Amino acid sequence: MSASDRLPIFPSRGAQMLMKIRLKGAQTGHSLLKKKADALQMRFRMILGKIIETKTLMGEVMKEAAFSLAEAKFTTGDFNQVVLQNVTKAQIKIRTKKDNVAGVTLPVFECYQDGTDTHELTGLSRGGQAVSKLKKNYQNAVKLLVELASLQTSFVTLDEVIKITNRRVNAIEHVIIPKIEATLQYIISELDEVEREEFYRLKKIQDKKKIFRAKAEKIKAELKAKGLLEEEAQASANILEERDEDILF
Amino acid sequence: MALHSAIKGKLISVIGDEDTCVGFLLGGVGEINKNRHPNFMVVDKNTAVSEIEDCFKRFLKRDDIDIILINQNVAEIIRHVVDSHNSPLPAILEIPSKDHPYDSSKDSILRRAKGMFNPEDLM
Repeated sequence: MSASDRLPIFPSRGAQMLMKIRLKGAQTGHSLLKKKADALQMRFRMILGKIIETKTLMGEVMKEAAFSLAEAKFTTGDFNQVVLQNVTKAQIKIRTKKDNVAGVTLPVFECYQDGTDTHELTGLSRGGQAVSKLKKNYQNAVKLLVELASLQTSFVTLDEVIKITNRRVNAIEHVIIPKIEATLQYIISELDEVEREEFYRLKKIQDKKKIFRAKAEKIKAELKAKGLLEEEAQASANILEERDEDILF
Repeated sequence: MALHSAIKGKLISVIGDEDTCVGFLLGGVGEINKNRHPNFMVVDKNTAVSEIEDCFKRFLKRDDIDIILINQNVAEIIRHVVDSHNSPLPAILEIPSKDHPYDSSKDSILRRAKGMFNPEDLM
Protein backbone atom coordinates (compact mmCIF):
# COMPACT_ATOMS: atom_id res chain seq x y z
CA MET A 1 0.00 0.00 0.00
CA SER A 2 1.57 3.23 -1.08
CA ALA A 3 0.69 6.71 0.04
CA SER A 4 -0.76 7.60 -3.35
CA ASP A 5 -3.78 5.30 -3.23
CA ARG A 6 -5.11 6.59 0.03
CA LEU A 7 -6.24 9.97 1.20
CA PRO A 8 -3.76 12.16 3.04
CA ILE A 9 -5.27 12.07 6.51
CA PHE A 10 -3.99 11.74 10.07
CA PRO A 11 -4.89 8.32 11.50
CA SER A 12 -7.17 8.98 14.44
CA ARG A 13 -10.54 7.80 15.69
CA GLY A 14 -12.16 10.94 14.37
CA ALA A 15 -10.65 10.43 10.94
CA GLN A 16 -11.79 6.82 11.03
CA MET A 17 -15.36 7.88 11.71
CA LEU A 18 -15.11 10.43 8.93
CA MET A 19 -13.85 7.80 6.51
CA LYS A 20 -16.58 5.39 7.51
CA ILE A 21 -19.19 8.03 6.80
CA ARG A 22 -17.56 8.86 3.51
CA LEU A 23 -17.45 5.22 2.52
CA LYS A 24 -21.11 4.87 3.30
CA GLY A 25 -21.86 8.01 1.27
CA ALA A 26 -19.84 6.73 -1.66
CA GLN A 27 -21.63 3.39 -1.58
CA THR A 28 -25.04 5.04 -1.45
CA GLY A 29 -24.07 7.39 -4.27
CA HIS A 30 -22.82 4.47 -6.30
CA SER A 31 -26.03 2.51 -5.96
CA LEU A 32 -28.13 5.58 -6.75
CA LEU A 33 -26.09 6.42 -9.82
CA LYS A 34 -26.28 2.84 -10.94
CA LYS A 35 -30.04 2.97 -10.67
CA LYS A 36 -30.10 6.21 -12.64
CA ALA A 37 -27.88 4.71 -15.32
CA ASP A 38 -30.17 1.70 -15.54
CA ALA A 39 -33.27 3.87 -15.86
CA LEU A 40 -31.62 5.96 -18.57
CA GLN A 41 -30.40 2.89 -20.37
CA MET A 42 -33.91 1.45 -20.37
CA ARG A 43 -35.35 4.65 -21.82
CA PHE A 44 -32.50 4.82 -24.28
CA ARG A 45 -33.17 1.38 -25.68
CA MET A 46 -36.85 2.13 -25.92
CA ILE A 47 -36.11 5.30 -27.88
CA LEU A 48 -33.65 3.53 -30.11
CA GLY A 49 -36.24 0.92 -31.01
CA LYS A 50 -38.76 3.63 -31.75
CA ILE A 51 -36.28 5.60 -33.87
CA ILE A 52 -35.56 2.64 -36.08
CA GLU A 53 -39.26 1.90 -36.40
CA THR A 54 -40.06 5.52 -37.26
CA LYS A 55 -37.19 5.80 -39.72
CA THR A 56 -38.49 2.86 -41.71
CA LEU A 57 -41.98 4.28 -41.53
CA MET A 58 -40.62 7.62 -42.69
CA GLY A 59 -39.19 6.01 -45.83
CA GLU A 60 -42.64 4.81 -46.78
CA VAL A 61 -44.41 8.05 -45.93
CA MET A 62 -41.90 10.08 -47.90
CA LYS A 63 -42.26 7.76 -50.85
CA GLU A 64 -46.00 8.20 -50.80
CA ALA A 65 -45.63 11.97 -50.47
CA ALA A 66 -43.21 12.16 -53.38
CA PHE A 67 -45.55 10.05 -55.44
CA SER A 68 -48.48 12.31 -54.72
CA LEU A 69 -46.34 15.28 -55.71
CA ALA A 70 -45.70 13.66 -59.06
CA GLU A 71 -49.43 13.00 -59.36
CA ALA A 72 -50.27 16.62 -58.60
CA LYS A 73 -47.69 17.81 -61.08
CA PHE A 74 -49.19 15.59 -63.71
CA THR A 75 -52.67 17.03 -63.23
CA THR A 76 -51.82 20.64 -62.41
CA GLY A 77 -48.73 21.21 -64.45
CA ASP A 78 -45.53 22.55 -62.98
CA PHE A 79 -46.24 24.72 -59.96
CA ASN A 80 -42.83 24.55 -58.29
CA GLN A 81 -41.89 28.16 -58.84
CA VAL A 82 -45.31 29.42 -57.77
CA VAL A 83 -44.95 27.59 -54.47
CA LEU A 84 -41.35 28.60 -53.91
CA GLN A 85 -42.10 32.25 -54.50
CA ASN A 86 -45.31 32.43 -52.54
CA VAL A 87 -43.84 31.66 -49.14
CA THR A 88 -44.77 34.11 -46.41
CA LYS A 89 -45.57 32.68 -42.99
CA ALA A 90 -45.14 29.20 -41.65
CA GLN A 91 -48.35 27.34 -41.07
CA ILE A 92 -46.87 24.52 -39.04
CA LYS A 93 -44.78 25.51 -36.09
CA ILE A 94 -43.09 23.62 -33.33
CA ARG A 95 -43.61 23.87 -29.61
CA THR A 96 -41.00 22.48 -27.28
CA LYS A 97 -41.99 20.67 -24.13
CA LYS A 98 -39.72 19.17 -21.54
CA ASP A 99 -39.83 15.58 -20.46
CA ASN A 100 -37.98 14.44 -17.37
CA VAL A 101 -36.24 11.09 -17.11
CA ALA A 102 -34.26 10.51 -13.92
CA GLY A 103 -33.34 14.16 -13.68
CA VAL A 104 -32.50 14.57 -17.36
CA THR A 105 -34.65 16.98 -19.32
CA LEU A 106 -35.45 15.76 -22.77
CA PRO A 107 -36.99 18.14 -25.28
CA VAL A 108 -40.19 16.92 -26.89
CA PHE A 109 -41.29 18.65 -30.05
CA GLU A 110 -44.88 19.14 -30.86
CA CYS A 111 -46.17 20.66 -34.05
CA TYR A 112 -49.25 22.81 -34.21
CA GLN A 113 -51.17 24.70 -36.87
CA ASP A 114 -50.70 28.41 -36.77
CA GLY A 115 -52.42 30.70 -39.24
CA THR A 116 -54.00 29.84 -42.53
CA ASP A 117 -52.77 27.95 -45.51
CA THR A 118 -50.77 30.31 -47.74
CA HIS A 119 -51.01 27.96 -50.67
CA GLU A 120 -54.76 27.93 -50.58
CA LEU A 121 -55.09 28.88 -54.20
CA THR A 122 -52.55 26.47 -55.63
CA GLY A 123 -54.29 24.13 -58.02
CA LEU A 124 -57.37 26.26 -58.13
CA SER A 125 -57.81 25.95 -61.87
CA ARG A 126 -57.25 22.21 -62.08
CA GLY A 127 -55.93 19.35 -60.06
CA GLY A 128 -57.23 20.73 -56.78
CA GLN A 129 -57.93 17.32 -55.36
CA ALA A 130 -54.45 16.07 -56.16
CA VAL A 131 -52.92 19.17 -54.59
CA SER A 132 -54.95 18.85 -51.40
CA LYS A 133 -54.01 15.19 -51.18
CA LEU A 134 -50.41 16.20 -51.66
CA LYS A 135 -50.70 18.78 -48.89
CA LYS A 136 -52.19 16.23 -46.55
CA ASN A 137 -49.50 13.72 -47.32
CA TYR A 138 -46.76 16.22 -46.66
CA GLN A 139 -48.41 17.38 -43.47
CA ASN A 140 -48.43 13.79 -42.29
CA ALA A 141 -44.79 13.54 -43.23
CA VAL A 142 -44.01 16.67 -41.24
CA LYS A 143 -45.82 15.29 -38.20
CA LEU A 144 -43.87 12.07 -38.41
CA LEU A 145 -40.62 13.92 -38.89
CA VAL A 146 -41.29 16.14 -35.88
CA GLU A 147 -41.88 13.03 -33.82
CA LEU A 148 -38.71 11.54 -35.17
CA ALA A 149 -36.82 14.74 -34.40
CA SER A 150 -37.85 14.65 -30.76
CA LEU A 151 -36.84 11.00 -30.55
CA GLN A 152 -33.53 11.79 -32.15
CA THR A 153 -32.88 14.73 -29.84
CA SER A 154 -33.71 12.58 -26.84
CA PHE A 155 -31.38 9.96 -28.23
CA VAL A 156 -28.46 12.37 -28.50
CA THR A 157 -29.11 13.87 -25.07
CA LEU A 158 -29.51 10.49 -23.39
CA ASP A 159 -26.41 9.16 -25.08
CA GLU A 160 -24.41 12.01 -23.61
CA VAL A 161 -25.93 11.68 -20.15
CA ILE A 162 -25.50 7.90 -20.06
CA LYS A 163 -21.85 8.29 -20.88
CA ILE A 164 -21.36 10.80 -18.08
CA THR A 165 -23.30 8.67 -15.59
CA ASN A 166 -21.38 5.54 -16.47
CA ARG A 167 -18.14 7.41 -16.08
CA ARG A 168 -19.22 8.54 -12.63
CA VAL A 169 -20.34 5.05 -11.61
CA ASN A 170 -17.03 3.61 -12.71
CA ALA A 171 -15.05 6.35 -11.01
CA ILE A 172 -16.82 5.72 -7.70
CA GLU A 173 -16.55 1.97 -8.04
CA HIS A 174 -12.93 1.75 -9.11
CA VAL A 175 -11.27 4.86 -7.71
CA ILE A 176 -13.12 6.48 -4.84
CA ILE A 177 -14.32 3.42 -2.92
CA PRO A 178 -10.96 1.58 -3.07
CA LYS A 179 -9.22 4.75 -1.99
CA ILE A 180 -11.47 5.21 1.02
CA GLU A 181 -11.15 1.53 1.89
CA ALA A 182 -7.37 1.73 1.69
CA THR A 183 -7.44 4.79 3.93
CA LEU A 184 -9.65 2.96 6.41
CA GLN A 185 -7.28 0.00 6.40
CA TYR A 186 -4.38 2.32 6.98
CA ILE A 187 -6.13 4.09 9.84
CA ILE A 188 -7.06 0.78 11.47
CA SER A 189 -3.54 -0.57 11.22
CA GLU A 190 -2.07 2.64 12.59
CA LEU A 191 -4.57 2.65 15.46
CA ASP A 192 -3.77 -0.98 16.23
CA GLU A 193 -0.13 -0.14 16.35
CA VAL A 194 -0.76 2.76 18.71
CA GLU A 195 -2.83 0.46 20.89
CA ARG A 196 -0.09 -2.15 21.01
CA GLU A 197 2.41 0.51 21.93
CA GLU A 198 0.13 1.76 24.66
CA PHE A 199 -0.37 -1.76 25.99
CA TYR A 200 3.34 -2.39 26.03
CA ARG A 201 3.91 0.91 27.82
CA LEU A 202 1.35 0.04 30.48
CA LYS A 203 2.91 -3.37 30.98
CA LYS A 204 6.29 -1.76 31.35
CA ILE A 205 4.96 0.68 33.95
CA GLN A 206 3.37 -2.19 35.83
CA ASP A 207 6.62 -4.06 35.82
CA LYS A 208 8.49 -1.05 37.12
CA LYS A 209 5.93 -0.52 39.83
CA LYS A 210 6.17 -4.16 40.83
CA ILE A 211 9.92 -3.86 41.14
CA PHE A 212 9.63 -0.71 43.23
CA ARG A 213 7.03 -2.30 45.45
CA ALA A 214 9.16 -5.39 45.91
CA LYS A 215 12.08 -3.23 46.88
CA ALA A 216 10.02 -1.26 49.40
CA GLU A 217 8.65 -4.46 50.86
CA LYS A 218 12.06 -5.87 51.18
CA ILE A 219 13.33 -2.81 53.04
CA LYS A 220 10.32 -2.93 55.31
CA ALA A 221 10.85 -6.59 56.01
CA GLU A 222 14.46 -5.95 56.84
CA LEU A 223 13.53 -3.17 59.25
CA LYS A 224 10.93 -5.41 60.83
CA ALA A 225 13.45 -8.09 61.32
CA LYS A 226 15.64 -5.64 63.15
CA GLY A 227 12.71 -4.76 65.46
CA LEU A 228 12.40 -1.13 64.55
CA LEU A 229 8.93 -1.24 63.25
CA GLU A 230 7.54 -3.47 65.96
CA GLU A 231 5.65 -0.73 67.88
CA GLU A 232 4.13 0.70 64.81
CA ALA A 233 2.72 -2.60 63.81
CA GLN A 234 1.42 -3.23 67.34
CA ALA A 235 -0.07 0.23 67.67
CA SER A 236 -2.17 -0.11 64.62
CA ALA A 237 -3.31 -3.61 65.50
CA ASN A 238 -6.37 -2.65 67.48
CA ILE A 239 -7.89 0.78 67.84
CA LEU A 240 -9.79 -0.08 71.07
CA GLU A 241 -6.72 -1.14 72.93
CA GLU A 242 -5.06 2.04 72.01
CA ARG A 243 -5.06 4.35 74.96
CA ASP A 244 -5.02 8.02 74.47
CA GLU A 245 -3.39 10.15 77.08
CA ASP A 246 -5.79 12.06 79.29
CA ILE A 247 -6.43 15.47 78.13
CA LEU A 248 -6.03 18.13 80.76
CA PHE A 249 -7.33 21.63 80.39
CA MET B 1 -35.78 30.02 -22.74
CA ALA B 2 -38.36 27.32 -22.09
CA LEU B 3 -41.01 29.93 -21.52
CA HIS B 4 -39.91 31.85 -24.55
CA SER B 5 -40.12 28.87 -26.86
CA ALA B 6 -43.46 27.93 -25.38
CA ILE B 7 -44.89 31.23 -26.49
CA LYS B 8 -43.19 31.55 -29.83
CA GLY B 9 -43.39 28.54 -32.11
CA LYS B 10 -40.20 27.40 -33.73
CA LEU B 11 -39.70 26.63 -37.38
CA ILE B 12 -38.77 23.62 -39.41
CA SER B 13 -36.24 24.33 -42.13
CA VAL B 14 -35.62 22.32 -45.25
CA ILE B 15 -32.51 21.83 -47.34
CA GLY B 16 -33.08 19.65 -50.34
CA ASP B 17 -33.92 19.30 -53.97
CA GLU B 18 -36.71 21.28 -55.54
CA ASP B 19 -39.39 18.64 -55.20
CA THR B 20 -38.71 18.01 -51.54
CA CYS B 21 -38.81 21.72 -50.80
CA VAL B 22 -42.00 22.25 -52.75
CA GLY B 23 -43.63 19.34 -50.97
CA PHE B 24 -42.79 20.58 -47.52
CA LEU B 25 -43.70 24.14 -48.40
CA LEU B 26 -47.11 22.91 -49.44
CA GLY B 27 -47.20 21.08 -46.14
CA GLY B 28 -46.87 24.54 -44.62
CA VAL B 29 -43.42 24.78 -43.07
CA GLY B 30 -42.05 27.63 -45.17
CA GLU B 31 -41.48 31.10 -43.80
CA ILE B 32 -39.65 34.18 -44.95
CA ASN B 33 -38.58 36.42 -42.11
CA LYS B 34 -38.37 40.19 -41.98
CA ASN B 35 -34.92 40.23 -43.56
CA ARG B 36 -36.26 38.22 -46.49
CA HIS B 37 -34.33 35.13 -45.42
CA PRO B 38 -36.24 31.98 -46.26
CA ASN B 39 -36.04 28.94 -43.99
CA PHE B 40 -35.55 26.57 -46.89
CA MET B 41 -32.91 26.05 -49.52
CA VAL B 42 -33.28 24.48 -52.90
CA VAL B 43 -30.26 22.48 -53.93
CA ASP B 44 -29.84 21.55 -57.56
CA LYS B 45 -26.90 20.13 -59.40
CA ASN B 46 -25.41 23.59 -59.96
CA THR B 47 -25.34 24.55 -56.29
CA ALA B 48 -21.82 24.85 -54.94
CA VAL B 49 -20.84 22.80 -51.89
CA SER B 50 -19.69 25.92 -50.04
CA GLU B 51 -23.10 27.46 -50.62
CA ILE B 52 -24.87 24.49 -49.01
CA GLU B 53 -22.40 24.53 -46.16
CA ASP B 54 -22.91 28.24 -45.49
CA CYS B 55 -26.67 27.87 -45.61
CA PHE B 56 -26.58 24.89 -43.27
CA LYS B 57 -24.39 26.77 -40.81
CA ARG B 58 -26.68 29.78 -41.00
CA PHE B 59 -29.65 27.58 -40.16
CA LEU B 60 -27.74 26.12 -37.22
CA LYS B 61 -27.11 29.59 -35.87
CA ARG B 62 -30.67 30.84 -36.20
CA ASP B 63 -32.44 30.41 -32.90
CA ASP B 64 -35.93 30.27 -34.36
CA ILE B 65 -35.19 26.97 -36.09
CA ASP B 66 -35.59 23.78 -34.09
CA ILE B 67 -35.54 21.09 -36.75
CA ILE B 68 -33.50 20.99 -39.94
CA LEU B 69 -34.67 18.56 -42.57
CA ILE B 70 -31.97 17.71 -45.06
CA ASN B 71 -31.99 15.34 -47.99
CA GLN B 72 -29.70 12.45 -47.41
CA ASN B 73 -27.80 12.96 -50.65
CA VAL B 74 -27.25 16.62 -49.71
CA ALA B 75 -26.19 15.61 -46.20
CA GLU B 76 -23.73 13.25 -47.81
CA ILE B 77 -22.09 16.18 -49.62
CA ILE B 78 -21.58 18.17 -46.42
CA ARG B 79 -21.19 15.13 -44.16
CA HIS B 80 -18.31 16.63 -42.17
CA VAL B 81 -20.43 19.64 -41.17
CA VAL B 82 -23.43 17.47 -40.28
CA ASP B 83 -21.29 15.14 -38.20
CA SER B 84 -19.56 17.96 -36.37
CA HIS B 85 -22.90 19.23 -35.08
CA ASN B 86 -23.59 17.25 -31.95
CA SER B 87 -25.71 19.42 -29.71
CA PRO B 88 -29.34 18.34 -29.40
CA LEU B 89 -30.82 21.57 -30.75
CA PRO B 90 -31.53 22.13 -33.57
CA ALA B 91 -32.22 18.54 -34.48
CA ILE B 92 -31.00 17.45 -37.88
CA LEU B 93 -33.09 14.90 -39.70
CA GLU B 94 -31.92 13.18 -42.80
CA ILE B 95 -34.79 12.42 -45.12
CA PRO B 96 -34.86 10.43 -48.32
CA SER B 97 -35.24 12.39 -51.53
CA LYS B 98 -37.27 11.42 -54.54
CA ASP B 99 -34.44 9.91 -56.49
CA HIS B 100 -32.28 8.68 -53.64
CA PRO B 101 -33.78 5.94 -51.49
CA TYR B 102 -33.11 6.06 -47.79
CA ASP B 103 -29.95 4.35 -46.65
CA SER B 104 -29.88 3.91 -42.88
CA SER B 105 -26.18 3.05 -42.84
CA LYS B 106 -25.33 6.63 -43.88
CA ASP B 107 -27.40 8.36 -41.23
CA SER B 108 -25.11 9.98 -38.66
CA ILE B 109 -27.46 9.19 -35.76
CA LEU B 110 -28.00 5.60 -36.75
CA ARG B 111 -24.31 5.15 -37.26
CA ARG B 112 -23.80 6.26 -33.70
CA ALA B 113 -26.50 3.88 -32.59
CA LYS B 114 -24.91 1.05 -34.47
CA GLY B 115 -21.79 1.43 -32.38
CA MET B 116 -23.80 0.42 -29.34
CA PHE B 117 -26.43 -1.98 -30.60
CA ASN B 118 -27.18 -3.84 -33.71
CA PRO B 119 -30.22 -2.14 -35.29
CA GLU B 120 -31.21 -5.37 -37.04
CA ASP B 121 -31.75 -6.96 -33.63
CA LEU B 122 -34.26 -4.33 -32.69
CA MET B 123 -36.32 -4.48 -35.84
